[in-house]
Amino acid sequence: MRDSTINSKTFTIGGVHPDDHKLSADQPIKDMPLPETVYLHTGQHIGAPAKPVVEKGQTVKVGDLIAQSSGFISASIHSSVSGRVEKIDQVADVTGHKRQTIIIRVEGDEWNSQIDRSDKLKGSIDLKAKEIIERINNAGITGLGGAAFPSYVKLMVPDGKKAEFLTINAAECEPYLTADHRLMLEKGKELIIGIEILLKALNIDHALVGIENNKVDAIETLQSFIGKNKRIQIIPLKTLYPQGGERQLVKALVDREIPPPPKGLPIDVGCVVFNIGTVYAVYEAVQKNKPLVERIITVTGKTIKNPSNFKVRIGTPISKLIEAAGGMPKNTGKVISGGPMMGKALNSIDIPVTKGMSGLLLLPDSESTRKPVLNCIRCGKCVTKCPLGLEPYLIMALTEHGYFERAHAEKILNCCECGCCTYICPANRPLLDYIRLGKTTVNKILREKEKK
Amino acid sequence: MTLLYTILSLSISGIVAAVILYLIAQQFKIDEDPRIDEVENELPLANCGACGYPGCRNFAEAIVKANSLEEFYCPVGGNECMAAVSRVMKLEHAKKDPMIAVVRCNGTLSNCKKTSHYDGAKTCTIETLTYSGDSDCSFGCIGLGECVDSCPFDAMYMDPKTGLPVIIEEKCTSCGNCVKACPRNIIEIRKKGPKSRRVWVSCVNKEKGGVARKSCLVACIGCGKCVNVCPFDAITLENNLAYIDFEKCKLCRKCVPVCPTKAIHECHFPPRKKPENKIDHNAKVTT
Repeated sequence: MRDSTINSKTFTIGGVHPDDHKLSADQPIKDMPLPETVYLHTGQHIGAPAKPVVEKGQTVKVGDLIAQSSGFISASIHSSVSGRVEKIDQVADVTGHKRQTIIIRVEGDEWNSQIDRSDKLKGSIDLKAKEIIERINNAGITGLGGAAFPSYVKLMVPDGKKAEFLTINAAECEPYLTADHRLMLEKGKELIIGIEILLKALNIDHALVGIENNKVDAIETLQSFIGKNKRIQIIPLKTLYPQGGERQLVKALVDREIPPPPKGLPIDVGCVVFNIGTVYAVYEAVQKNKPLVERIITVTGKTIKNPSNFKVRIGTPISKLIEAAGGMPKNTGKVISGGPMMGKALNSIDIPVTKGMSGLLLLPDSESTRKPVLNCIRCGKCVTKCPLGLEPYLIMALTEHGYFERAHAEKILNCCECGCCTYICPANRPLLDYIRLGKTTVNKILREKEKK
Repeated sequence: MTLLYTILSLSISGIVAAVILYLIAQQFKIDEDPRIDEVENELPLANCGACGYPGCRNFAEAIVKANSLEEFYCPVGGNECMAAVSRVMKLEHAKKDPMIAVVRCNGTLSNCKKTSHYDGAKTCTIETLTYSGDSDCSFGCIGLGECVDSCPFDAMYMDPKTGLPVIIEEKCTSCGNCVKACPRNIIEIRKKGPKSRRVWVSCVNKEKGGVARKSCLVACIGCGKCVNVCPFDAITLENNLAYIDFEKCKLCRKCVPVCPTKAIHECHFPPRKKPENKIDHNAKVTT
């Protein structure tokens, strides 16, 4: 690809650069045909699961509220299809564990009459800041990058803190994934309006959009729509994983460092981070009154027949997506929800699409198994590649032998689970597996201490 | 002369140092109850932590400090050990039934088929954190042997044929380390029972019957037949899972044959000849 941007910004420590494999980058976003049944988990987001407000046998239209958010950090769920509620049952999610799920049998495609379904661009923002936040909350929008944090919470800046920058994550640093890339190429104008809406909601006038420089066409497209608008600035970023992590993004865009977790948030340094996919959902919710009922998903892999980008109704079983992309290749060893670096391998292809699912990656047998674990040779590669400046080899050893207090002192909780250490390790050590275990245990110990 | 001076000066400095050390030792002397050592000598000295204290010494210290044997019990040494301790302390000790660890899962490789291949770090806790497990049953044994690693008495091993841990009864001291190690709470400390006879539900699956049965041939499906047949109200059914209270169970074995999935296990019983008559007789005697 052309590298027109020599002075691309980036974060300062660590990071790896796996091969891009953006196989579906030139595939336009296609509408996925409606499935027969959709499965909508009530807990698709971080925080309290939503409470179902529909009953078995009730008919619903697209966009109807079916589960109400319960609590501050929570998000409502809307029906993504029209049809009849078959039952409310326990269905496996990405982890394989059963979760409360509303199952809807599809009948036709009737939309809630309040939703504007026309493609007409609506530029003027009529709502006030508070109304915008209210609408985003009611639309059940969560971050579409992967973590699925309820978006409206980020817009409610806590007292004593001040937002200065809206930082938009359009880096799409995960290899293989192209959903955000296609979105920027095809819906550029809508995205600019979406950013303006968020600026208005936050009452600030400086937005920075970080795009990795392997997406030159996206940078040019968005730039052409911005024109002389000084409120929005496109900043090319170096192609380096994990450029899209919020700490790395804020460092690259505004050169500030977010204080360490668990308390440090982007707002502490005056930034509010949104994923570019979320911006589009915000545009649709505010201008078209459309709740979050569909999202764009990349279905890709070297062996799959047609790597594609689909606009999918949330709740569609992923087996339908694989079918639409040309069926499951014979030698598939792993199906991953998300990208290859942070994604989760699935143990069933019957699980439904959730709000946080950005891609579906099929890896062949030869690429899906880990190599035998060898002894740590103290090469220090994990230390140089860790974007948070931790010592993964040490933290792993401490966790393995149960020294959790020492692991806590070595800042195990700062780990963002990006997986650079495991990726780079020449001895194939399962560093991140143990660090995750350590993080969970340390958090448990801290919670117990707090109780006392 | 030089020799004499040397001997003298060294002896004097030695004596002075000894006096200083003696005085310091007197100043900072800690009076330790001699009973602590005596109690410690009676304990098994396995430092397994089963009593709730970090080691046997700490347990002995706690006993002497409390000057009472209530709420103190060493499950490893059992009643004999506690009797010895009570002789030292000249106090009454609590008597408890001998206990043993029981694996409540029979999801062998043939009963519970693997549906995915787990490739991550080979410990049960990490696999549990990662996903629901490599079989359809998200409650049963993972089979990576964290319990075996945690056993301080070498009383467990993984059976390669079944993929399940096995408890060696002679060696198990019911210290409970395996119970803490198991991320799925499969292992339970139960009453060892007379002549090591005991009955238990060998399943922890809380799914509805159909789902549980689909994932494992010998899962408890929550049908409640055992609850109905039990004459002592020892069996309770909660979340589609039967549980036998070992305090109430009189080992009549009525529940074992009625279980449609053979999820209820018995051990060390004589073979049944006329099961029904025998059970009736037993029931009359005890009620």
